[in-house]
Amino acid sequence: MRKVLLPSLIIIATSLLLIRIFYLQVVDDTLKLKSENNAIKKKYEYPERGYIYDRKGKLLVANQASYDIMVIPREVKKTDTLEFCQLLNITKEDFIQKIAKAKVYSPRLPSVFLSQLNKSEFAAFQEKIRKYEGFYFQKRSLRDYEVGFGANIFGFITQVNERLVAKNPYYNSGDLIGQQGVEQSYEDLLRGVKGVKYVQKDKYNREIGSYKDGKYDTIAVQGEDINLTIDAELQKYGEELMLNKRGGIVAIEPSSGEILALVTAPSYDPGILVGRQRSKNYTELYRDSIAKPLYDRGLLAEYPPGSPFKILTGLIGLQEGVINEQTTFYCNHGFSYGRGRFMKCHAHPPAQQLHNGIYNSCNTYFAQAFMLTINKYNNPAKAVDIWSNHVKSFGLGQFMGYDLPTGKRGKIPDSKTYKKIYPNGGWRSTTIVSNAIGQGEIVMTPIQLANMMATIANEGYYYTPHIIKKIEEHKIDEKFTTKHVTTIDKKHFKPIISGLSDVFNLGTARALKVEGIDICGKTGTAENFAKIGGKRVQLKDHSIFVAFAPKDNPKIAIAVMVENGGFGAAIAGPIASLMIEKYLRQKITRIDLEKKILATSLQSEYAKLGGLSAKVKAQMRIRDSILNKKIAIPVVKVKIDTTKEKKQAI
Amino acid sequence: MKNQSVSNNIDWISIVIYTLLVILGWLNIYSSSLSSMEDTYQKQLIFIVLTIPLIFVVLSVDGKFYEKYASIIFIISLLSLVGLFAFGKTIAGQRCWYAIGSFTLQPSEFAKAATSLALAKYLSDTQINLKEVSRQWQALAIILLPVMLILPQPDPGSALIYSIFIIVLYREGLPAWYVVTGFVTVLLFILTLVLEPQYVILIGLAVLVIVHFKSRLGDRNIVLSSILFALITAFVFSVDYVFDNLFKQHHRDRFNILLGKTVDMKGIGYNTNQSEIAIGSGGWIGKGFLEGTQTKGGFVPEQHTDYIFTTVGEEWGFAGSLVVIALFAGLFLRIIYLAERQKTKFSRVYGYCVAGILFTHFFVNIAMVVGIFPTIGVPLPFFSYGGSGLWGFTILLFIFIKMDANKVNEW
Repeated sequence: MRKVLLPSLIIIATSLLLIRIFYLQVVDDTLKLKSENNAIKKKYEYPERGYIYDRKGKLLVANQASYDIMVIPREVKKTDTLEFCQLLNITKEDFIQKIAKAKVYSPRLPSVFLSQLNKSEFAAFQEKIRKYEGFYFQKRSLRDYEVGFGANIFGFITQVNERLVAKNPYYNSGDLIGQQGVEQSYEDLLRGVKGVKYVQKDKYNREIGSYKDGKYDTIAVQGEDINLTIDAELQKYGEELMLNKRGGIVAIEPSSGEILALVTAPSYDPGILVGRQRSKNYTELYRDSIAKPLYDRGLLAEYPPGSPFKILTGLIGLQEGVINEQTTFYCNHGFSYGRGRFMKCHAHPPAQQLHNGIYNSCNTYFAQAFMLTINKYNNPAKAVDIWSNHVKSFGLGQFMGYDLPTGKRGKIPDSKTYKKIYPNGGWRSTTIVSNAIGQGEIVMTPIQLANMMATIANEGYYYTPHIIKKIEEHKIDEKFTTKHVTTIDKKHFKPIISGLSDVFNLGTARALKVEGIDICGKTGTAENFAKIGGKRVQLKDHSIFVAFAPKDNPKIAIAVMVENGGFGAAIAGPIASLMIEKYLRQKITRIDLEKKILATSLQSEYAKLGGLSAKVKAQMRIRDSILNKKIAIPVVKVKIDTTKEKKQAI
Repeated sequence: MKNQSVSNNIDWISIVIYTLLVILGWLNIYSSSLSSMEDTYQKQLIFIVLTIPLIFVVLSVDGKFYEKYASIIFIISLLSLVGLFAFGKTIAGQRCWYAIGSFTLQPSEFAKAATSLALAKYLSDTQINLKEVSRQWQALAIILLPVMLILPQPDPGSALIYSIFIIVLYREGLPAWYVVTGFVTVLLFILTLVLEPQYVILIGLAVLVIVHFKSRLGDRNIVLSSILFALITAFVFSVDYVFDNLFKQHHRDRFNILLGKTVDMKGIGYNTNQSEIAIGSGGWIGKGFLEGTQTKGGFVPEQHTDYIFTTVGEEWGFAGSLVVIALFAGLFLRIIYLAERQKTKFSRVYGYCVAGILFTHFFVNIAMVVGIFPTIGVPLPFFSYGGSGLWGFTILLFIFIKMDANKVNEW
């Protein structure tokens, strides 16, 4: 017994230790993770973001260097504080306070002393930085906007939110990510792939060398440059024309579906969302819930299209064979239908055929045509579905699949819609006749209107609208080169187009004729209401205009919508015709019209809705920011050519 | 002729294990020293090289020398401990080194061998019977003398090692109740810290009652049982008092962290937490030699000395830990086996002391590193950095190997 005690103790104790070690090393996983957090640091190398060009290769968005001055408090030696402060343009109190703050964080770890200096602010300091021990700088890359327009197209760069960090392993907290616009939709291409360096840390969190000699390190891959389909000149001009108005312009090249201009108003200078002022400015934009400068009206605003929809009513009537070019309806300031109901029409000669029905925008003609279409079938539900399918073949009532991150479906009613509205049935063609003239249950976004015009210009087909023209090393998505054909036969477009052409010769847009350019267009107005002080008030109509030009071999299809702009030919029409002239001729001959539109302000109309529109205008969208952006942007920009050269070398 | 007989009879198994442990120890010191920029691995290499002449001296001394001069060696050793109070150098609050030039020597590392020799010498006297109380006290005095000198340095770790001599005495006839009492004392101590004192007393009472009636001690021994109960009660309350009032805060912290009563990863718990992380990150086969991230980062404090086993755990994983622990256990059991076959009581007792001392160091050290024992500074034999320790353990072991090789000559 006495001999056994010590050996037994040894065996028991040894087993105990082994069990414990086994638990620590094999069973308990948490320790492994802790050790990685402890000792290995991933250092990321961020590639430069791809540049953005317009369709003609004009540089729109580049990058600029910005500099953070870093400090390691423990290594700061007594130096000429006065000179230091002068170089960085800070006060001595700032200096003392910033050092103290850094010390609180950690005396031996680097913290940001001064952030986001631009190159000129940094230049003076750079020469002398070696004099100041404990200070060094860190270069960062920020967006540099070469133009003061197109904010809604570009989107902006922001810090990635925590939800996405949790979902997408690529992003780490604090990483930057593109939001809205092409920065969001082409984020994967523009951002490139960041490089990772694994660094061994010591117990003071200092870096003491690369981990495993860089065996797991990866090199950053530069972001790809992209060309947009946007025509910079046209975009800029569109934004200028929309100053002091609210609404949207969408211009599309019919033969390709390329978006030539995508204007929303009010907008803002993209440069204000970069640098030290970013978060303040963003908050201001975000909070403006009335003018909504961050809301892309070209893509998101849903309106009843009004008269432009008559084009489709006519086309469907022809396709269904219920009318032909010679069919005549009589209109005496409107027409009665149903039980004593009356649809008003404006003054024009009473006998209307398809051709003058279009250029006179006769409500009666299209209401009749629509009712004939619906009444062609005994069953109104079936008829509406057939009609609805025709309409939807123009890409309406659905997300169009374009490459911008926001959008709305719009609404094209079908039998289900009316089953919901009238659960007991009993609805007939007369019940839904408002649809004939683009009211009733129909809503569309400006881009859908523009696409509709492109489809008409093409006489029956369209390509999904898109904003990407070229990617450095990738092909653009196949869906943008796939033809969508409508349910309307090509032959039916001819008479319609000829009617649209005469809108400028004889019809509602006579005053907007451009000498030498054969424009086909259609005016529109959409009634709208708002609640002001709890009461439903009818506001001035939204002014709508759709067009394409030239009539033969069309180059541009356009939709213009100006909120509370009144009659379609009053303001949307001039804007559309100026845009067309600008795009096709690169210069404007109708100086007076241009001047008048530029000077038109609807702010007093918008003031009825309340809000801070005037203030927002003053701050965010002064004319100077477009005409002379250098003054308007708080951060002085200096191009950095070196980064770009490097990129080309790779 | 004589030398040849030594090399013929020498226990090569022990020497091979010893050599392996020293080499493995140095490799791990090498790895851990890379982070600290210090030349500890070079110094340790010098220490290791210097053990070779030391071993030759120990082995070539006449076999009877150690028995003959055990008392004198013991006295010299005690004097060296006393001398610390006058000439000792204080490092990190502990006055346990003599400084000779840039080298320092820690006499307590050698006192263990001296005490073992003295104890062996005392017990080898045929007159000694440990059943006699006076003998028990004399034997205890030999053990407690160096302890008394080491404790105030203060070096509670080294002092703790001497408790293993109780087991040696038990092997040589000390009544079992000493061991039982020692065991019960430790158990009560821990229980008192974990639970409230009154619960511990209740448990004690219950156990006593069961033992009393089960073993049919009868009415006569009710007095004895009562006294025992009184003693337990007194002990429990005194532990409570001592812990709360006499212990210093850092001692209390060490126990509290071990018992899971407080959690403090940055302060006092840092050492244990970091060493557990380092070992735990090793996994089955470790990260590989010189690849330990925790070791490189220098996260584990005192890694080349008391926490050297964390390097083993991190870089060699469970496999490496198993090998090292198996080597140690093999050495201990081998020494005990050798001790049991000694012809003289002197060398048997000494062998037992060697096994006990090495084992206690081993267990206390690794148990601390893996977080099942309070933080007490005790080196891992042959592994931890330090000349005094390495030489002290080498002398301790090789004196026994010499005795074992010599047993033939004693016929």
